[in-house]
Amino acid sequence: MKYAVKKFLMLLLTMVAVSFLAFAAFQLVAGDPATNLLGTEATPEKVATLRHEMGLDRPFLIQYGSWLVGFVTGDLGESYSGGPVADLLAARLPVTLVLSLLTFALTVLLALPLGLRSVRYGSGVRSAVHTVVNQFLMALPPFFTGILLTWLFSISLQWFRHGAYPGFAVSVGGSLWYLLFPATAIAIPRIAQTVRMLRSTVLTEMDKDYVRTAIARGNDRPGVLYRHVLKNSLVPVVTFLAQTMAEIVAASIVVEQVFNLPGLGRLLLTSIGSRDYPTVQAIVVVLAFWVVLANTVADLVNRCIDPRLGGVRT
Amino acid sequence: MLEIRDLHVKFHSRRREAVSGVSLSIADGEILGLVGESGSGKSVTAMSVAGLLPRKQCDYSGNILLDGADLLHADRSVLRKIQGREIGVVFQEPQSSLDPLMKVGKQVEECLYLHTDLTKAERRARALTAMTAVELPEPDVLYDKYPHELSGGMLQRAMIAAAAVTHPKLLLLDEPTTALDVTIQAQILELLKKLNREYGMSMLFISHNLNVVRKLSSRVAVMQTGVIVETGATEEVYANPQHPYTKKLVAAIPTRKKGNF
Amino acid sequence: MKTLKKAVLDHRNGCFLAGCIITGVLLALILLGAVWTPYDPTAMSGSEKLMGPSLAHLFGTDNFGRDIFSRVLKGAGVTALVAVGTVVIGAVCGTLIGALTGYFGGAVDELLMRFNDTITAFPSILLALVCVTVFGSGKYQVLLVLGIVFIPSFARIARTAFSSLRDANFVQSARLMGAKPARILFVHILPNTLHVLLPAVTIGFNNAVLAEASMSFLGLCGQPPDASLGALLSEAQGMLASAPWYALCSGGVIVGLIFGVGLIGEGLQGGKGERNA
Repeated sequence: MKYAVKKFLMLLLTMVAVSFLAFAAFQLVAGDPATNLLGTEATPEKVATLRHEMGLDRPFLIQYGSWLVGFVTGDLGESYSGGPVADLLAARLPVTLVLSLLTFALTVLLALPLGLRSVRYGSGVRSAVHTVVNQFLMALPPFFTGILLTWLFSISLQWFRHGAYPGFAVSVGGSLWYLLFPATAIAIPRIAQTVRMLRSTVLTEMDKDYVRTAIARGNDRPGVLYRHVLKNSLVPVVTFLAQTMAEIVAASIVVEQVFNLPGLGRLLLTSIGSRDYPTVQAIVVVLAFWVVLANTVADLVNRCIDPRLGGVRT
Repeated sequence: MLEIRDLHVKFHSRRREAVSGVSLSIADGEILGLVGESGSGKSVTAMSVAGLLPRKQCDYSGNILLDGADLLHADRSVLRKIQGREIGVVFQEPQSSLDPLMKVGKQVEECLYLHTDLTKAERRARALTAMTAVELPEPDVLYDKYPHELSGGMLQRAMIAAAAVTHPKLLLLDEPTTALDVTIQAQILELLKKLNREYGMSMLFISHNLNVVRKLSSRVAVMQTGVIVETGATEEVYANPQHPYTKKLVAAIPTRKKGNF
Repeated sequence: MKTLKKAVLDHRNGCFLAGCIITGVLLALILLGAVWTPYDPTAMSGSEKLMGPSLAHLFGTDNFGRDIFSRVLKGAGVTALVAVGTVVIGAVCGTLIGALTGYFGGAVDELLMRFNDTITAFPSILLALVCVTVFGSGKYQVLLVLGIVFIPSFARIARTAFSSLRDANFVQSARLMGAKPARILFVHILPNTLHVLLPAVTIGFNNAVLAEASMSFLGLCGQPPDASLGALLSEAQGMLASAPWYALCSGGVIVGLIFGVGLIGEGLQGGKGERNA
């Protein structure tokens, strides 16, 4: 328990560090927001007044501190295009969240059995074919696959209407069905990578001494795999899956664009385009939090699996 | 009980045979020591008996008969019934030869799980008995521990318990004491002698260390580059080595002469 | 002949060979495209709009009548340029940093590794997007930004490799012979780390292609006529119903690049043992 608490504190510390860096970066290079907002009407007095209103004339650390306090209490600042950032994010978060979780679920559900089956291919033709096909699947960029899926299922087969995402308020089933396509596009290369990783890890474990002992005791192949090797292969795979979660988030930024989804990714892109820094900052911090959380969870799960890593169980 | 007839093993990746015509026999309740330096083929011989030869990576011929049944050419499914029940194996490195993520107790009873119909409670009882027999302290506490929590000596005892829990006809030990401290070595050897006396388990004990083999086995076979160069009763061979290689081995044993200290 | 066949079928070598062929062909086409294309990529033609692939137009034409093959050739060139540049910056700087910290160790090593761990947790495209907001979206800016973003992962791999060999026997011998650290690092240790560094370079290249293509897809890398494959794909999305071959071909080349280099990486890494399989 002590370890879990320690890890959680590290998480918070990392988040503070990340948000501070993001805040600093934008402050340094953003140019003066007040001047930008006023545009052609900017006179020195107007700029000074606006800056004072926006709190931009306070010392840097105070600005950051107040932002941080605001963030924790749910006030994410005001978007330059009007309205609280928190509202903007709250509207977009569910889509990205569901998309990411759906993709992750697809990845895990398909990659684990496929990976375990591929262990038995040995080094013959089957293994070579598997490797080549796997590499090919890894080479499919999600946004490309997304476009192909759109052409095949929306334009040709008309299984879904591209651009007509219903939203959870309107139809849960319809939304999930729509999200299945972008999720598949993102998942395909991830599944291939996970299969490859799983296969490599399991085969490495198979070379170890305790496997020889397991065979000497009379275990058959499935016995060796499921009773011994699987658990021992899990730790690096769990870590890998956390990294995969981060990559899913990254891919969804682009794929949301392809499928016209009202998610955080699209909000990020439009905010970048319009230089809406408070929004960009908030999104970056939220996404970063998601990534760091995934890694922390993976770490804790690993400590439960492998008592040698110490911490949670002992 | 065990008879090896003219065993030949050649790995595809090597030029010469690892084992070139080895013939051995072990009677019920006998301890045979197999001695030789690295590369002599003693481990490969043992692995052949244990059914652990990677069949796709080598050519092999000859016979290995356990109470008359041939193991070398047996079907895998037949072999699996013998592995762990009639033949138990103890490997050199206990720390790496045990599943790091499985409790020690569960590993000791694994052969019972695979080869008998005992209930969970019965298996646990038998495992604890075996752990007591190998002189492990507080078996019921150790049962729930993981390999990394035990010392080398304790782990090796656990391995012996795991291999012996089904009262196999033959116990194969491949350099079981090489990775241990000298004092622990002596204890393990005593333990093995006790097991042999009390349970009548035959043993094939492999080592490159002559002193160790001498303490334990009644008969000894000396191997060099894949062939057996000499066999006989242990004391005979040490007192009167016939083959030049054996003579060299015996001569190389450090002795404690009076007045040297 | 039999041993040659066996060597190729050993799937490791087969992958390497196939990868080299694919990548070689693409590279040749890209280099060709730098100096010559069948048509001017920007030349529009009213009479030849939206034609499917044919002998005259290998990849067909778009809704402006532009030859897609020529556009793809030019676009692939930009993508490849940015990807190669990214990997060069990332690998060279990253290996240097990793080699130094891994070999010398100490407090700096500890600190840098913790920092590194945090940074590598974040997907590179996120970092790149943020940097591009700030620095602008020309192709050279993107190259630089991506290169810097890739440094930490190379540094980690190099650091692990160099620190594991720090006390190897051959290194100690070299030290005893009086070799200077620079020599030890680059003449002795480096060649022994290539078996992990080179596969990492192939993976890095593929990630760079993906990142560059994603960013140009989003319109954040280069303006036309500098448009790279991602931007072409973005255009293609607009004509998906009328000219699906546009998307297929421009995306297909991206896949080809990644696939070819991926096979090379796979070939370099080799298969796993099967003692107990």
